[in-house]
Amino acid sequence: MINIRTDAEVELIRDSGRLVAGALDLAGELVRPGIETAELDREIEEYIVGNGASPEFKGFHGYPAAICASVNEEVVHGIPGARVLKEGDIIGVDVGVRKEGYVADGARTFSIGSIDEDTQRLVRVTKRALDRAISLVREGVHLSDISHAVQEVAEGAGFSIVRELAGHGVGTELHEPPEIPNYGDPGRGPKLLAGMVLAIEPMVNAGLPGVNTLADNWTVVTVDGKLSAHFEHTLAVTARGADILTQ
Amino acid sequence: MAKQKGITVEGVVVEALPNAMFRVELDNGHKVLAHISGKMRMHYIKILPGDRVTVEVSPYDWSRGRITYRYK
Repeated sequence: MINIRTDAEVELIRDSGRLVAGALDLAGELVRPGIETAELDREIEEYIVGNGASPEFKGFHGYPAAICASVNEEVVHGIPGARVLKEGDIIGVDVGVRKEGYVADGARTFSIGSIDEDTQRLVRVTKRALDRAISLVREGVHLSDISHAVQEVAEGAGFSIVRELAGHGVGTELHEPPEIPNYGDPGRGPKLLAGMVLAIEPMVNAGLPGVNTLADNWTVVTVDGKLSAHFEHTLAVTARGADILTQ
Repeated sequence: MAKQKGITVEGVVVEALPNAMFRVELDNGHKVLAHISGKMRMHYIKILPGDRVTVEVSPYDWSRGRITYRYK
């Protein structure tokens, strides 16, 4: 069952989404060579709590932090800690906010200082895959059309798609139906209806698609140690298109 | 935060429980409480202790699963 949200509920999710966007803007200002990922986590948690909301990730299935900070070969769910960012790194920052009972979820990949041409292309293509998927969202399209679009953009550029993780519905819980893989044949699965709220999140690897989970049970890394990028928006489906809530 | 998709693993049924639930010992040693998928119920696929089965497990909860295939 995919939840259909009323306009009032969508506005509440947007309130949370604005804080997600604000937290990611803050992350963008903070990232620089020499900063520990734990410091990003502290600053962002303070920002969220200071705005009368709560960091939704903290405590989610026992997750220990407010944000996920995934550096270079870390795909997603990197636990912030003593890892120090250095020039040429990329970092995926993923944030979930709950305010007045409603949740929004978003992520961006930032570069630290100047990054090489191949890395820039990976980040650009991942962002483009998300933009392309969002441009297709509208009442009546199949869920798998979205998945297919992400796959086409990423693989068309010579990169690979992580299959073990997926986007998801979001609203009163962080993970709600449906599951939104980033690959698949078009024209399958449920049709989107106005009022559905989805978190679409391409995870794109520079090398092989495979991933491993580290012993902390959270951090997902690429099998070949090559780079991975991640972008995510929460959006509401409308008759005219997608209404992005995390901006 | 991305959702972990279900993991498919194989195991052996060790005990039949009421309500079409089974205890399955997975090849990795975990024991899970598993129910039968709706499609298998529709086709009256019977499961007995000792059967080798495929189980779908949520990465967030390794104690419960869903039987999706019984090997002949």
